[in-house]
Amino acid sequence: MSGSDGKTGATRRGFLKGALAAGAGAVSAGGAEAAGGDPAITELQPWMREFGPGVDASPYGVPSEHESHVRRRYVEWLRPDTISAVNFTPIHQLDGIITPNGLCFERHHSGVAQIDPARHRLMINGLVERPLVFTMEDLKRFPRENRIYFLECAANSGMEWRGPQLNGCQFTHGMIHNLMYTGIPLSHVLNEAGLKPGAKWLLAEGADAAAMTRSIPLEKALDDCMLAFAMNGEALRPEQGYPLRLVVPGWEGNMWIKWLRRIEVGDRPWHQREETSKYTDLLGDGRTRRFTFEMDAKSVITSPSPQAPITHGPGPTVITGIAWSGRGTIARVDVTLDGGINWQPARLSGPSFDKSMHRFYFEFDWDGRPMLLQSRAIDSTGYVQPTKDALRAVRGVSSGYHNNGIQTWAIDSDGRAENVEIT
Amino acid sequence: MSRLHDVAWLFSCIFLLTAAAPAQEAGPLGLGRPATPDELAAWDIDVRPDGKGLPEGRGDVLTGEELYTELCAACHGDFGEGSGRLPALAGGEGTLTDEFPVKTVGSFWPYLSTVWDYVHRTMPYGNSQSLSDDEVYALTAYILYLNDLVDEDFELSRENLPAIRLPNEGGFIMDDRAETELPAFSAEPCMENCKDRVEITARAGALDVTPGAEEQ
Repeated sequence: MSGSDGKTGATRRGFLKGALAAGAGAVSAGGAEAAGGDPAITELQPWMREFGPGVDASPYGVPSEHESHVRRRYVEWLRPDTISAVNFTPIHQLDGIITPNGLCFERHHSGVAQIDPARHRLMINGLVERPLVFTMEDLKRFPRENRIYFLECAANSGMEWRGPQLNGCQFTHGMIHNLMYTGIPLSHVLNEAGLKPGAKWLLAEGADAAAMTRSIPLEKALDDCMLAFAMNGEALRPEQGYPLRLVVPGWEGNMWIKWLRRIEVGDRPWHQREETSKYTDLLGDGRTRRFTFEMDAKSVITSPSPQAPITHGPGPTVITGIAWSGRGTIARVDVTLDGGINWQPARLSGPSFDKSMHRFYFEFDWDGRPMLLQSRAIDSTGYVQPTKDALRAVRGVSSGYHNNGIQTWAIDSDGRAENVEIT
Repeated sequence: MSRLHDVAWLFSCIFLLTAAAPAQEAGPLGLGRPATPDELAAWDIDVRPDGKGLPEGRGDVLTGEELYTELCAACHGDFGEGSGRLPALAGGEGTLTDEFPVKTVGSFWPYLSTVWDYVHRTMPYGNSQSLSDDEVYALTAYILYLNDLVDEDFELSRENLPAIRLPNEGGFIMDDRAETELPAFSAEPCMENCKDRVEITARAGALDVTPGAEEQ
């Protein structure tokens, strides 16, 4: 089956319809009510009789064909073409805190640069004692580090500023991923070139046809920025900047320059296109915030959600979701079932790393009545994720970026979820 | 054993001395190599608002109009009005507080150097860095003209570009969330009986713009 989108869609549609129909009332325990028992048990399944493929049938392994509906997705009306475009991580189908490499959302401005690593160079120039050029082999001779960070696009949830638009957390919150990066501290390379007095800002530049650039304060660069060449233990994927990407922990994704070819050191910012015309936040009074680098604390319930309805009917139910903060760790996540009248702390599970995604769960006994689900993140600085209306009161509705407001899913008595806003 | 160790140590000292010979040229680990002047010239293409990075050159509005018609108008419109979801370059003055602001070079961009830099590094779309420096000056001059910021006999050059001010330069402020938001959003949140009642005010389903919505 794998492959054909149409076929996958049909299969999935059928599954969901059947599941929803069975959902109300009859809690199925796998068809055991049938006279002779569950055919999954009483009938010999093909995989119980026959050999499966041998080792090496798939030298680079791929997911089960039954998972072929798990994929990044694109919103056609959002961008003029797929070259300067974005697709979205299927966060409603993932669990834990690590995003699989092939499912990390993509945002390119001139497509995926196809780079031969043997012909890739990193140049350091500007206010340095020694302008230097490094090969990939050179860079791997510096002491390496492994660190886990989320990357969130500043435009994540940006389509929702004026009201609910997209029915699915993949689309409303899927411009995020969380990976273990292997690389070298940026400070090593800067020390190798030798910073001159007056150095205060860096310009990072990509090797793609957009020659993407961003200005970054030197203080941040020396604090925790990395030059990464691996994600989750393997080489960066081409769409994530192979062979070299800048990692700017906790700061907006656009600054994490992919296909990194050059770092210039200077005494002031460059005011490039991506930090003036784009990635600045127009406020309701006509003024515009610049250099809004840090990502505010945020959370979202990933299941249930519009693409992941409750299919099992009333009874024991698991709510799960993700939370993150560009200013530290997540101290607590609260969940409400009634649209914010009463809140209860959720349960965090999995490692809690600085500027990394956190996973939360909330288990309860669903009575089958409609619900208004929300989650609310509180980070290690005491910052509490605000409502969308609280954000709008400060910023208006035209900023486009940095929408970290609380998300509401309305769940109906059949378990279906819809993206809504509430009083 | 200890003798062997001594010998090894001696050899390593000799090696270190040899490797460290051009010491003032190298960094702490001696990794990488010096960038050559030609390499720096090829890659160091960024331009700042104060004019740092601008190359020698010049171009006028009429030359820019010819280039624009040939290379840019298909995406950005004959008069910089944009087309479809491709960005407008001109117009939109006074719309920044409107419900749907139009953000163009004339209405929004703070610095002209950004136009020069961006056109030079990545335009025309799909044929990056194909324009000569003079052509970039001419196109930048024409974009100013489309925004009614210069006359049709205007010529832009390395010398006069840094002095040109765009209307919205003063509209930008530094990130002030630390003062305007963080204190307000850091109060201990309510947990019980936080409001009397709740009503749904808007639904995404009403729009029906979600891809694959039929699958749900």
